[in-house]
Amino acid sequence: MRLPRRSSLKRSAIAAGSVVAATSLLLSGCGSKATESDSANAASCVDTSAPTIKVGALNSLSGTMAISEVTVRHAIDLAVEQINAAGGVLGKQIQLVGEDGASEPTVFAEKAQKLISSDCVAAVFGGWTSSSRKAMLPVFEGANALLYYPVQYEGLESSKNIFYTGATTNQQIVPALDYLKEKGIKSLYLVGSDYVFPQTANRIIKAYAAANGIEIKGEDYTPLGSTDFSTIVNKVRGSNAGAVFNTLNGDSNVAFFKEYTNAGLTPQKMPVVSVSIAEEEVTGIGAKNIEGQLTAWNYYQTVDNPVNKAFVKAYKDKYGQDKPTSDPMEAAYVSVYLWKNTVEKAKSFDVKAIQDNCGGVTFDAPEGLVTIDGENHHITKTARIGEIHPDGLIYTIWQSQGPIKPDPYLKTYPWAAGLSS
Amino acid sequence: MDVLIGQLATGLSLGSILLLAALGLSLTFGQMGVINMAHGEFIMAGCYTAYVVQQIVSSAGVSLLISLVVGFVVGGAMGALLEVTLIQRMYDRPLDTLLVTFGVGLILQQVARDIFGAPAVNVVAPTWLSGGVEILGAVVPKTRIFILVLAVVCVAALATVLKVSPMGRRIRAVVQNRDLAETSGISSRKTDITTFFIGSGLAAVAGVALTLIGSTSPTIGQSYLIDAFLVVVVGGLGQIKGTVIAAFTLGFLNSFIEYSTTASLAKVIVFVIIVIFLQVRPQGLFTVRTRSLV
Repeated sequence: MRLPRRSSLKRSAIAAGSVVAATSLLLSGCGSKATESDSANAASCVDTSAPTIKVGALNSLSGTMAISEVTVRHAIDLAVEQINAAGGVLGKQIQLVGEDGASEPTVFAEKAQKLISSDCVAAVFGGWTSSSRKAMLPVFEGANALLYYPVQYEGLESSKNIFYTGATTNQQIVPALDYLKEKGIKSLYLVGSDYVFPQTANRIIKAYAAANGIEIKGEDYTPLGSTDFSTIVNKVRGSNAGAVFNTLNGDSNVAFFKEYTNAGLTPQKMPVVSVSIAEEEVTGIGAKNIEGQLTAWNYYQTVDNPVNKAFVKAYKDKYGQDKPTSDPMEAAYVSVYLWKNTVEKAKSFDVKAIQDNCGGVTFDAPEGLVTIDGENHHITKTARIGEIHPDGLIYTIWQSQGPIKPDPYLKTYPWAAGLSS
Repeated sequence: MDVLIGQLATGLSLGSILLLAALGLSLTFGQMGVINMAHGEFIMAGCYTAYVVQQIVSSAGVSLLISLVVGFVVGGAMGALLEVTLIQRMYDRPLDTLLVTFGVGLILQQVARDIFGAPAVNVVAPTWLSGGVEILGAVVPKTRIFILVLAVVCVAALATVLKVSPMGRRIRAVVQNRDLAETSGISSRKTDITTFFIGSGLAAVAGVALTLIGSTSPTIGQSYLIDAFLVVVVGGLGQIKGTVIAAFTLGFLNSFIEYSTTASLAKVIVFVIIVIFLQVRPQGLFTVRTRSLV
């Protein structure tokens, strides 16, 4: 997700080359080896005889994505700490090996390889951007290892070596559209960052809209990290759409909402539904600039149940009272517990045993009960539409009736036929 | 009609943002020829200065005005420090400067991340800047008008300093002919440090202003760095007037192309136009006629 470095320095093709060289040197370290070609080395080296069991955490602690992924690492640390305090997994204490993916898909692939073949971890937790997941996928499939991926994503994927504990599209985007339709919204304006997730999400939204008589007034993408939204806000303002569906990612949201609010647009005039803004991001945008706007997730800090209260308290006690909990963090926390529960059901750390036993494994998560789907390795999730309040927290205003079964290829939706091809 | 007005305002505003971001660079890169890849991080330093000042001074309006001054000093001090410790040792090695300052930029980003945390922090805009002004049916956010005014003030101040003050004359003398300036008794070392101080300080002032419309995060400087270089290169080295014209031209180009196409495509088209322009006029819009300038 790094910004492409389009150097334009006068008379300096060499200079530009040096920058690129420097970037890759600095960010990828020196141990770069081809990752795809290692598939022959599939024998697991996980040490299950020691009193501890090693697992890996692979998140970006530097680069643009660090803003979000650091909190995911915190949640993984918390889960591991709690599990260890309660006696570990199959009597073994978990030893967490942390790595930095540096917001760079190639680094994710390399570090994943390192965790699997030299640290010999039993499972890896992490990844955020779809590009990082796509980069790691061949590594995990080649080495027949396990990745737990904790972020909502664009769907249309399923691997026996990956467990997806974030929402797929039918657990987040489709319910959000159902909600808007229920509210009588007749037209939408789509704004997103220019990469995999927003493009795919918008394809799904357009298919849904076409089948449900919702008009798409416009569709705009901005380069990742884009900081100027005056033109797009002008277009949105002129479109008189019923609502804006926002798939912008990262810092762009801050600039977008500041512009949107200052241009006099309000949630009453034209609500914005965002799928990438969680509690953490609200702080950076400033609650004043986004209050009253909607989000679609599966978890908010304010979800009212005893499990969540305990989770929020444990998190705040460990990382500070001002630190909010958010959906991807919760999904990461859940992923560690789901791994533990699967291992205990399989009575083994072996990859095949986990794959064979994963179906039906449950965990009473902060978001409610979740169950692993043995077919597609996603989990059931409750969809929630939330409203952002001035205190910076998000409050559920609508939720699905119980957990929704994951359907990454949207096979059960007639209007989505043709999307997955 | 209101669309046209809206896009004119957007272009003007975008131009002023580009101008603010590039103004400091037009001194350090344009006048001194230093390729400073850490320029974006000086902008970032300005953003965080605004944040820190706001934690101390609670009134958003007062803190904004204080931040502009404090930011200039903080950015300037960082720039002067960079000049004294590293850049002065490699004035004849532009490629090394490029790599070293790029590294410094990464270090500064990580420092910001360690101090303020990875997530973006929020700088509250003063209430007198919230909302927009309606001009012939188009709404222009007040924050953008403020930035436009600030850019004009900064350019005017810089131009005046360069034109009439003894310090400005020394800067111009050193830029035009370093050896001759030195033989006339001007300390080129002192002048270099001063120039770098002003250039970096202006970057931080830009950073303070940009918190009004954008985010404050460790990587924010990167978003403006390339655009800032573009503006200076297109404008031509060594002349503020070139930077001003280039900034507004690019602002208008971008806003109108983006309106009729998409944001991503607009970037591409603007780059293509710049590439073609630099083929025709490699020296940029304006240039100082002197043999000593590289």
